[in-house]
Amino acid sequence: MASVLVYYAHPAQERSHANAAMITAARSVDGVTIVDLYNTYPRFDIDIDAEQERLQAHDVILFQYPVFWYAPPALVKEFLDLVLEHGFAYGDDGTALAGKYMGLALTAAGSEQAYSTQGYQNFPLRDFTKPMQQTATLCGMHFLAPYTLFSALNTSETENIAPHAAGYANYITALRDDALDLNAALSAELMFHSTLPVKG
Amino acid sequence: MTDILILAFIFLIAGVVAVPIASRLGLGSVLGYLIAGVAISPILGAAGVDVISIQHFAEFGVVMMLFLVGLELEPKMLWAMRAKLLGLGGLQVLITGAAVAGVAMFFGQPLTVAIAIGCVMALSSTAIVLQTLNEKGLMKSDGGQASFSVLLFQDIAVIPMLALLPLLAMPDLMDVSHATDAHAATTQVADAAHGAVDDHSGDSHGAGIDLMSGLPGWAQAVVTLGAIGFVLFFGNYLTGPLFRFVSGAGLRELFTAAALMIVIGIAALMSLVGLSPALGTFIAGVVLANSEYRHELESDIDPFKGLLLGLFFITVGAGVDFDLLFANLGNVVGMTLGLILLKAVILLGLARVFHVKGTDKWLFGLGLAQAGEFGFVLLSFTVGANVIPSAVADQLLLVVALSMLLTPGLFILYDKVIAPHLNTTGAQQADEIDERGKVIIAGHGRFGGIVNRMLRVNGYETTVLDYSSAQLEMIRTFGVKAFFGDATRPDLLHAAGIEEAALIVVAIDDKHQITELVKYVAENYPNVKIVARAVDRTHVYELYAAGCRNIIRESFDGSVRAGRSALEELGIAPYDAEKRAQDFRERDMEAMIGLAPYYDPAVPIHQNPAFVEASQRFIAQSEQEMRGAFNGKNSRASRGWNPPRGVNVGGADDE
Repeated sequence: MASVLVYYAHPAQERSHANAAMITAARSVDGVTIVDLYNTYPRFDIDIDAEQERLQAHDVILFQYPVFWYAPPALVKEFLDLVLEHGFAYGDDGTALAGKYMGLALTAAGSEQAYSTQGYQNFPLRDFTKPMQQTATLCGMHFLAPYTLFSALNTSETENIAPHAAGYANYITALRDDALDLNAALSAELMFHSTLPVKG
Repeated sequence: MTDILILAFIFLIAGVVAVPIASRLGLGSVLGYLIAGVAISPILGAAGVDVISIQHFAEFGVVMMLFLVGLELEPKMLWAMRAKLLGLGGLQVLITGAAVAGVAMFFGQPLTVAIAIGCVMALSSTAIVLQTLNEKGLMKSDGGQASFSVLLFQDIAVIPMLALLPLLAMPDLMDVSHATDAHAATTQVADAAHGAVDDHSGDSHGAGIDLMSGLPGWAQAVVTLGAIGFVLFFGNYLTGPLFRFVSGAGLRELFTAAALMIVIGIAALMSLVGLSPALGTFIAGVVLANSEYRHELESDIDPFKGLLLGLFFITVGAGVDFDLLFANLGNVVGMTLGLILLKAVILLGLARVFHVKGTDKWLFGLGLAQAGEFGFVLLSFTVGANVIPSAVADQLLLVVALSMLLTPGLFILYDKVIAPHLNTTGAQQADEIDERGKVIIAGHGRFGGIVNRMLRVNGYETTVLDYSSAQLEMIRTFGVKAFFGDATRPDLLHAAGIEEAALIVVAIDDKHQITELVKYVAENYPNVKIVARAVDRTHVYELYAAGCRNIIRESFDGSVRAGRSALEELGIAPYDAEKRAQDFRERDMEAMIGLAPYYDPAVPIHQNPAFVEASQRFIAQSEQEMRGAFNGKNSRASRGWNPPRGVNVGGADDE
């Protein structure tokens, strides 16, 4: 059993489809801590001590957010800036997060094809997650391949969003139950509901 | 009654006319008063006015001044000054006294007379020097501090002088003295010794009440110590309850009365037990320097001090006996110049020893080179005690007066010649820069209290002014430096240091008083930043017109937060509610600025049709926008993180 913490960050939840379905699915998994960052800190007044304790109490930390302008929403950046202090998350004595796993659950409006060297976004999506990956690495954490939904705005609720949300619940459950093939998840480029490396 | 009124009018008109002229010419107020005195002396002489007895009354201004000086001086600072006070002050009195005595003996005076003259001339004029230093803002400079140390020591030294001078009495003088009875002479001595300033022999009121006569030495010591102990106890424990009691009546003038009562009461007590009233009130001032009523006391006493000192200077000018002066012109002028030169040389030497440098050295040397008002006191006392023959004393009185008359000239010499010269040669060191500007908080209620706490936790020094005794007592227990007083009074603001303040937070309750205070500060102290509390929307306009640009509506933020909480409770996501609150705030501000041209201070807003119409227009427009019509300028809450228009268009905002 591993303890899983989901930080959910969406600044306009009332206009969300994919992420709303995903977070609903995540809430159905027992024994998982879910923190809605924009609901908890609507004025960006992040409780640094509480969040550091929370991070220490969990083995796997997921950040779930829609990609805006190739980056996480502002509150996620604020969270990293404030909570991952020197001496806590990195630096000589900053080993509080070492050995833990960090994963992302991303939705992107562009298609998978757009996110390629030939597409209009010019770079693979994974390139845009490199700051998060290096953040995890500097903190001594293992960085899991992002669990991704492309074309999130143009997709059908039933055909794509529902299975993606269900897959998200499976992903979290597998993390919780140590049922995920971690080596595969660490080495993959991206993960989709159809390619989740669940053991057994 | 009529003649008193006429007399008062003559003094007042002389001061009111002469002082502004002197100030405009850069001569300082002291010279203005002195000239006024010289100008009216023929009138006074013709009317047979007893200038000297008026002068004795006016000397009480010196007592008040020392009280005010004490208020500025916390016990800690006084202790830090002890080396200068005793070393510099003690040496100045001793060396100058000895030198003057030597000169007097050289000119054939007997030893006893020479010593007495030395004592008289060693003293400088506290009244002129402190007044001038304060006026020029030089009190805190090295030279000002050194001058103050010496003056304070001199004021204290007068007491032993008064006690010891009678021992120099000459038997042959006694025979011709008006006091034929030796016993009468000693009583006079005793009387005079008990009041250095306002009560001395040769004066009809000299034979006042005396607590000490007939007491054995040890009992006198006990009474003296008891009196000082009482002043300390009163200052520490009784002024608070007294002022709280007085504030219950809610009358301004009662505070003035109470302040005067304290100063006069202490002066009277000191006279009774044979101590200097100036010293007593100075001690009381030091004790009260940490009190919350300090600024109130300062601003209450200050006008009286100013008027009395002015009167005193006028009497000095009027007291110059011109017949005698012109009869002995060469003699008196020579002695005066010699005295000033001698004192200045000794002072400059001492400045060197005590490391007072540059312009400060000259300020110290020239500023203290005159004889002082205590000289008058000692002279009339020594004549009464048969120490100095009155023929000599009359000429010495002229020397003292003339040297005081010349002092403003020496300050002008310092200002116009020495200071600029030394500054250009770089001898003056740069002022130490205050690490943080001072903040004055006017009003420590619900509003100002929070501002004060915020500033203090961030390390800013604040001076709090409040008019509620209960409130003050409460916050004082929490270690907040707070002072009693009405912040709308210019004199109190001055006492609280508005000139050096970086910022004033106007947090008092009354709408009109807020406006008045803002207007006053904006007009008179354009460098002081103002943060003001507005009671309502129209008050914002008034404050803007008064010159404030940082106007905070007292209940607006709280109300907007309540609105935001209401939205959250109604199911709107917190971050969304926050955006809507920001939106509302922005629109409200826009409306307020937009409505400003329609506001007419003379007409209540609900009777101003243009204002009502425009305001309805603003509300309608803002409601439309906030409800999120998608064209035009939408609300902040509806603008962010929208999907790109038209499906299948890849964009930067993704979801």
